[in-house]
This record gives sequence, C-alpha cells and structure tokens, in this order.
Amino acid sequence: MPEFIDDFLFTYQTLVYSLGINGLLALSIYVVLALGQLSMGQAAFMGMGAYVSALLTVKLGVAFPLVLLAAMLLPALAALIVGAPTLRLSGVYLALATIGLGEVQRIFFLNSELTGGALGLSGIPMKGGLVSIYGSLGLALLACIFVARSRIGRAMEAMREDELAAGALGVDLPAYKLAALVVSAMLAGLAGALNAHVTSFISPEDYGFHAAVSILSYALLGGIGSPFGPVLGAFILTLLPEVLRSLADYRGVVSGAIIVLVVIFMPRGLLTWRMGRVGAATRRPS
Amino acid sequence: MSAPRLEIEALTVRFGGLAAVDDVSFSVAPGTVHGLIGPNGAGKTTLFNLISGLVAPSGGAIRLDGQRIDDLPSWGRARSRLARTFQNIRMFQDMSALETVMTGMHTRLGEGLAASLLRMGGFRKAETGAVARAWELLAFVGLADAARRRSGDLPYGDQRRLEIARALALEPRLLLLDEPAAGMNPSETLALEDLLEKLKAQGLTILLVEHDMHFVMRLCDRITVLNFGRRIAQGAPHEVRADPRVVEAYLGARVARSLEAPQ
Repeated sequence: MPEFIDDFLFTYQTLVYSLGINGLLALSIYVVLALGQLSMGQAAFMGMGAYVSALLTVKLGVAFPLVLLAAMLLPALAALIVGAPTLRLSGVYLALATIGLGEVQRIFFLNSELTGGALGLSGIPMKGGLVSIYGSLGLALLACIFVARSRIGRAMEAMREDELAAGALGVDLPAYKLAALVVSAMLAGLAGALNAHVTSFISPEDYGFHAAVSILSYALLGGIGSPFGPVLGAFILTLLPEVLRSLADYRGVVSGAIIVLVVIFMPRGLLTWRMGRVGAATRRPS
Repeated sequence: MSAPRLEIEALTVRFGGLAAVDDVSFSVAPGTVHGLIGPNGAGKTTLFNLISGLVAPSGGAIRLDGQRIDDLPSWGRARSRLARTFQNIRMFQDMSALETVMTGMHTRLGEGLAASLLRMGGFRKAETGAVARAWELLAFVGLADAARRRSGDLPYGDQRRLEIARALALEPRLLLLDEPAAGMNPSETLALEDLLEKLKAQGLTILLVEHDMHFVMRLCDRITVLNFGRRIAQGAPHEVRADPRVVEAYLGARVARSLEAPQ
C-alpha cells in the first residue's frame, strides 16, 4: 500500500470504519422504509448484534465468521417476535413496538452482570476491519439494488405508495413487512458486530433512542428513491462533525441546522434520483 | 346456462347498527358485463370492497367459479385472479406507466428473493417477458406512448386507463371496475367505452359500478340495482329501466323518460 494511504488510514481509521458501519445501518433502515414501514429498532438490533458478538468472542472464543452469523440471527429472531403481532396492524404500531424493544434491551444491558452493566464490555479483540466492513457494505448495497429491480422491488414501492392497491394486486402485505423487518434486523446486527470488533468497547448507551434517530436521519437526509440515498446520507452525517471541526463548540449547531434545512427544502432527501424497478431492458418491442 | 363466474349469496355487512349491504344475492355469468347501480349511499362501493376483500362481511358467501373466497385476504383474492380498479384512482405516482403495469403481474411472476439476487437465466427471461406483456397492455389501452412517463404525471383519463391496464395484468377471471367513467369528459368516456367493448369482445367478465346511465345501459348485459343496501331489482337493461321500483328509487321520472326517447 502506498505510504500516504497508510498514513491516512492510520490517522482517520476510526472515521473510515464509522463510514462503512453507518452506511450499513442506513441500508438496514432503508429496507424497512422502502415499503413504507417505520422501525425505530435499528439501534436495538445493532446493539443485540454488538453484545452477542462481543460475548461470543470474549467469553467463548468462537470463530469470527460464526460470530457474525450469530449477530445476524439473534436480531432476526427478535424482529420475528416483535414484528409478527404488530405488522398486522398499520401505522405507527411498529415504530412504537420497536422503541419499546430498544428500551427494554437498554435496561437489560444496564442491569445484567453478563453484559457488564453500565460499564459495558471492554477489551473486545480487534477483528474484521476494512475488508469485512466495506465488503459487507458492498454486498448489502448490491443485494438492495438487485432486489429493487425485480418484482419484489416493484411490490415494495407499490406498498409504500398505496398499501391498499398493492394488496389488491396480490402483494402479501404482512409477509413482505415481516421479511423486510427481519432482513433489516440482520443488517443492523451485522453492523453492530463489525463495529464492536473495531472499537473494542461497547456500552448500553450506544444503542438507545438517540442512535435510533441518527440512523433514521441518514435515510431521511439521503432520500429513499434508491439504496444509494441512505448510504450517502450516512456518509455526510458521519463526515459533517469532522469537516466542521474548526467551528469547535458551534459544530453541533451548524450540523443540526444543515439537517433542518435539508428536511424543509428537500423533503425527498438529497438524492432524489429514483432507481428503475425492472430487471431487464425496457425497450419498446418493434 | 353455464355456472356463474361470481356468486354473491345473502351477503351482509353491518357498520354498527347500519346494514350497509343487507342480504344481497346475485350472480355474474362468465363473459358478461354486469352493472351495479343505485343512488349514492346504496352500498355499491361497500359491496365492491366486500368482493375484493377490503371489508369483511358479517354474513353470507362469495364464490368465484364455485370456490369460496370470502375468507381470503385481498391479496389472496388477487391470486385467484380477481382484479379491481378504484373509484378514487390509486396510482403508484413515481413509477413509470410500464412499471405500474408490471406491478399488476406480481402474482403471475413467481421469482423469489434468491432468483432476484442471483439473476439467472430464468429471472431475466421472466422480466423480459413481463416487459413485453406490459408494452402490449399499454398499447391495448392506448398508452404505449406514455410508457416511460411518470404515472402520477399522466392526465386523469389516462390514469384511469392505466389503472385498468394494471388490473388486466393480473389476467383476471373477473374485473371489478368502480366508477370507471367518473370525472371523465365526454370524449374520454367514449374512448373508455370502446376499450370496455373490446374487453367484452375478448370474453372478459366484468362487474362495474357506474353513475353514467347511458354508459351502463349500452354496455351491460345485466344490471343489479341496490338501494339502502338491499337489492331492489335485477335484469336486462330494458327490464331494469322499466321497473317502477327503480324509477322511483333512483332514476326519477324525468331521466327514465329521456332514456326511453330514441337517441
């Protein structure tokens, strides 16, 4: 590797990791928003993945690929349990149920001996890194693009636009909602596990309501017309505090103002481009 | 007489104390256009919502080709190839017209998550076939030139026809049209009538609610009349038109006379 890239990575290592992980989190909420649902549980799923992976690595010394798998499966199970009863209802019920999940989990992490209470878990060995983080982000992005450009992607957009009409066209609404929540929980769990193994320290407060709102803001800022929007939003919101470092104490104010202005003047997000939904050439037959 | 395509038997739905549809029975023969008329609030749209599965009945049965469908959710009924349009157009605004029609093929295309991710030959073939079929359907309803336009940007009459193309993409055994001519100008209504005549000639079974009486009388083979949720008359257009209960409940003497006058 050329020396300047080495230097750059050394100086900005944490930031480079955060970009990839937040990109993955942005995709996790995109999967749910893309069919018109609102989950506030992405931080909770992330925390679940982080704690499970850390415990498996530290206490049991399980191999890293298996750790990542477990960090995806447990949140998926939680999504099934929370989603199955709430997704038959419409509107804000899923958002409320997932806020509840996050709070219950936070309080459990705070009080359980196993999870180290308020002190959290520290001394998590470094594993994964650049390749696993950006490999996961790339694969997840590719999967989102492929799925969007198929009958599943069309059904998801149809649900977001008009659930009633989508159902009348044969889209199994509860099955789609549940599947999307499960996939989003897996992505968030993966992000949590990858993050835990590059930061070496995790605590309950990292996965509370504040984090859930941050993840949602990635997608709102970037726009959900394509999977690129949320990733762009995550990159901007992760970089913004660094770019504004010279403003010192005012940088929180400025970055907050930027988000407010975008939401007011660009309600569809920064990237308004909408990706096509067809998995083949759409030329007019002659 | 052939077995009915759609059979409604003693169908009832109550909202609180009000029976919006009250013990209604009728059947629709395959290959016919059946009209459902009645004054505002007669329960026509509620009946449509019952048939398409958006409202659960309090009692009675709905059969499609002899099979009970009243316990299926709306998407299950679509899978049984029952298609509908809506009184207030329900468009997928941001989709192109072509994508909108392809969305109607959801149950006809079986590709699952794995096929969408792996993109093997079968997936590509299915998508290519769906694109070709969508172009055909758009050409059929006269919207081929609008295929790439945003559905939400199309003029009102075109959106109505796009909604019909989307419903046709299900290859329906029964098509429910909820006030297809509502809000259309006279030339749009004529174009719609041509389109529905073409569908009728192809043997499609249609059940439609419509307020434009001339339109209904010309197009329908049979008509069922509702008032206050009850069936008050049924028969061929000329029979319904002459039925004194219908004249009294709905048409009014003046309209009845104008329909009888030669046009």
